Amino acid sequence: MTARTIAMFLLVLLLILLTGFLQSWNTALYILNMGLVSAIMALGLNAQWGFAGLFNVGVMGFVALGGLAAVLVSEPPVPEAWAAGGPRLLLALGTGLATIALVVAVHKRIGKRWLRIATTVILACLGFALYRMLFDPARDAIEAVDPATTGFLGGLGLPVLIAWPVGGLFAAGAAWIIGKTALGLRSDYLAIATLGISEIIISILRNEDWLARGVKNVVGIPRPVPYEIDLQQDPGFAGTAAGLGLDPVTASTLYVKLLYAGLFAIVLVALVVLSQLALNAPWGRMMRAIRDNETAAAAMGKDVTRRHLQVFILGSAVCGLAGAMMTTLDGQLTPGTYQPLRFTFLVWVMVIVGGSGNTLGGVLGGFLVFFLWVQVEPLGQALMQVLTLPLPDGALKGHLLESAAQMRLLTMGVVMLLVLRFAPRGLLPER
Amino acid sequence: MDLLNALVALTNFVIVPATAYGAQLALGALGVTLTVAVLRFTNVAHGDTMAFGTMVTILATWGLQSLGISAGPLPTALIALPVGIAVTAWLLLATDRMVYRFYRRNRASSAILLIVSIGVMFVMNGIVRLVIGVDEQRFDDGARFLVSARDFKEMTGLDEGLAIRSSQAITLVTALTVMVALFWFLNRTRSGKSMRAFADNRDLALLSGIDPDRVVRITWVLVAALATIAGTLYGLDKSFKPFTYFQLLLPIFAAAIVGGLGSPVGAIVGGFIIAFSEVGLTYAWKKVLGYTLPAGLAPDGLVQLLGTEYKNAVSFLILVLVLLIKPTGLFRGTST
Amino acid sequence: MSGPFLEATGLRGGYGAADILHGCNLSVEKGRIAVIVGPNGAGKSTAMKAVFGMLPLREGRVMLGGRDITGLTPQARVAAGMGFVPQVRNIFPTMTVEENLEMGGFLRRDDIRPTIEQVYDLFPILGDKRHQAAGELSGGQRQQVAVGRALMTRPQLLMLDEPTAGVSPIVMDELFDRIIEVARTGISILMVEQNARQALEIADTGYVLVQGANRFTDTGAALLADPHVRASFLGG
Repeated sequence: MTARTIAMFLLVLLLILLTGFLQSWNTALYILNMGLVSAIMALGLNAQWGFAGLFNVGVMGFVALGGLAAVLVSEPPVPEAWAAGGPRLLLALGTGLATIALVVAVHKRIGKRWLRIATTVILACLGFALYRMLFDPARDAIEAVDPATTGFLGGLGLPVLIAWPVGGLFAAGAAWIIGKTALGLRSDYLAIATLGISEIIISILRNEDWLARGVKNVVGIPRPVPYEIDLQQDPGFAGTAAGLGLDPVTASTLYVKLLYAGLFAIVLVALVVLSQLALNAPWGRMMRAIRDNETAAAAMGKDVTRRHLQVFILGSAVCGLAGAMMTTLDGQLTPGTYQPLRFTFLVWVMVIVGGSGNTLGGVLGGFLVFFLWVQVEPLGQALMQVLTLPLPDGALKGHLLESAAQMRLLTMGVVMLLVLRFAPRGLLPER
Repeated sequence: MDLLNALVALTNFVIVPATAYGAQLALGALGVTLTVAVLRFTNVAHGDTMAFGTMVTILATWGLQSLGISAGPLPTALIALPVGIAVTAWLLLATDRMVYRFYRRNRASSAILLIVSIGVMFVMNGIVRLVIGVDEQRFDDGARFLVSARDFKEMTGLDEGLAIRSSQAITLVTALTVMVALFWFLNRTRSGKSMRAFADNRDLALLSGIDPDRVVRITWVLVAALATIAGTLYGLDKSFKPFTYFQLLLPIFAAAIVGGLGSPVGAIVGGFIIAFSEVGLTYAWKKVLGYTLPAGLAPDGLVQLLGTEYKNAVSFLILVLVLLIKPTGLFRGTST
Repeated sequence: MSGPFLEATGLRGGYGAADILHGCNLSVEKGRIAVIVGPNGAGKSTAMKAVFGMLPLREGRVMLGGRDITGLTPQARVAAGMGFVPQVRNIFPTMTVEENLEMGGFLRRDDIRPTIEQVYDLFPILGDKRHQAAGELSGGQRQQVAVGRALMTRPQLLMLDEPTAGVSPIVMDELFDRIIEVARTGISILMVEQNARQALEIADTGYVLVQGANRFTDTGAALLADPHVRASFLGG
């Protein structure tokens, strides 16, 4: 903890407090909460890029998998849908997995090249046909069950907090598959592979209605904290709020947000402590040695690809965890809102701005960049108002005012390029 | 007769659209592969470069249309294309001057350049959104069809119609012209050869007196031309929407990698492989099979292997297969 | 013009703080072959790079044909009549043999066809394979492409950094024969070699470098006959 680090975090605190005093405390707490979530995402990516030099351009996919976990764990099951096609669907999925396993096993067993290719292709085709024969009717039956409100299998009905580690597990699973394929090859291949898998995950979430209702969204995901309405009706709470000079409605929303902030802060602090411990342990030193000179590390007998796989899975799991937390905070899963610029590349801006390779740097970047992300829009709007003041009302002025909302991306790009050029190691450089 | 119908249906729904799409992807992948070969980095901003070039072309098209200028049966966008290329080339040269050149002079790694291109992508994306917005734009005018399904049916007496949209024909002719011109440039001209030499062995190229700044400038201009043409053709064929262009990044990179990053021939072959797999796997084969199989065996379902919403999964699957089997791609590219 | 064609005197310098060259002197007569030999780490390649302007010099002077070229960049030295063949990565692998030669003559504004034909006369195998990618050729043929590329600027001094590294003894003999032929056309040759004995056999002048300074300088034949040189540097 250098003076610079402390100063930077005080700056973040100041910015959030200023938002509270000047705009609204709701916005301030929103920035705080999403800042915490962003910090965790940045932590995950920082582990991959900053500590191991791995290109993950698929953060969005892992975040979305975390969101899916929130739905699958905490939503109550839909018994009618299960009755309509649940077992058949599971059978279909099982068939699909068995086909893949069989193909892989056969592929490994057969030595002759043409025979191997032929059997693999035939088996894959047969398995796929069988899978679709089982899957299609089951899916249709499930999606037909009260499509306006359910039309999906629902979840396990467990407390949503359990979804957080499960989200990490989902992401870790996906990361294992990609890592096995693309690690150990050219470094930019991993970038393209992660870009691809994240697009596919989003496609699945948007289109597989039986899983999480697709673009019809799952709303009202159970919460780990009390509901505002219950608090407002609680005379004790109302009394305390009145004592603080707040009306019960405002007090309840702020209280709920603060509870979230507390939960998120616990997770963030735990992750920061764990990653600091790991970095200072022999494992972390080895990771950095590999990053700084892969050839030398390999020559010293380190299994570079294996280490990379470890850290890739860990980092992705952290992103998945953050995704589950974010969906919990939102209380809904809306696959239509997942955009790579927002959920993948913005996290990259966070890591680069904060300081890649420095745990606290990533965290700082998460807060600062998210603050900017939220505040650029009103600032851009205000700026455009002033700039277009001399213009007559008309199409051009209208267009300019309307497009001011798009200033965000431009600003993020400029910030990132400036940091890369003039402070390439970020605001909090690695020691 | 049934076989002919099947063939026509196959041509109409698979071969023609996939060829046009493949040509568009190939042009995009050529731009990516040139950047990799000469400038030595994976340019994430390529999709947004395509969007920018197309946007300028659209604006120029609107300008021409408001002046009452059109290209007759051809889309006005074809006359506007040089404007789009020129402005995009200017933007890329300015970006190189302000952003990339610094890192090149410092001999930054390709990893750093990739990250820098993320920043450039944000900026370009922001500019496109600021100027033209996020909504879908259609800018095709001129004749809609070269061959319409109805004419074809009347002409041949077949049950199946074959429609060739003018945008598809224009795509093919333009793409072919561009590819021939590019290969002529790379293989026959002094500048093109110096570019290949620079891509092959940078130090020896410097030793031979090749001006690196000139090679880099030529490359950016070529990338701008390829990206603008690819984007405009795609926009004419389908429609222009900034976000779609970002999503083209995946099939384009898949094409470039499948063909072998850095290999121009590979980029073209890769583009067609990806396009044909994408269209073939997401096409409902019911009609074609209905014609070819005996009556009893004709399928009930659509026989669509994957929903169209999963077409990006196809690029990904092919990419993964190639990475597993032949990581260098089908044609040997540069080894960086 | 009197004195040797290339004359480098009192070269001192290195890449970082410590010098690698400590007052090294090299000279080549017109149309003659000079060979630099010496133990590993003696600064042989560094001395050649210093002559070519790829090493910052603290002291010393390089004269080419009576002209002081100490301040010129490598590119300018090529224009001044120097040709350089690096030890590794000395061809354009995906380009054809002929394109490699064309790139060698990139700076020339006049017709380079005659020079290409001269290279083919010198290395007939390259003429046969002119349309093949240079990267697909054998090691010895690749070295011929590399030498041919350097000859395209019609240099008066050709510098070769270990041209026979990694090729078989037969190919090595052939390469040395070619180099003698190049010298016969009036081009001076400065060459660094690991295969000291064979190289000294064709050398008009030999330099034995140790720790960045001249230890022995004499004709190739005399060095081969010198018992000290034989004992210390030629393995007995």
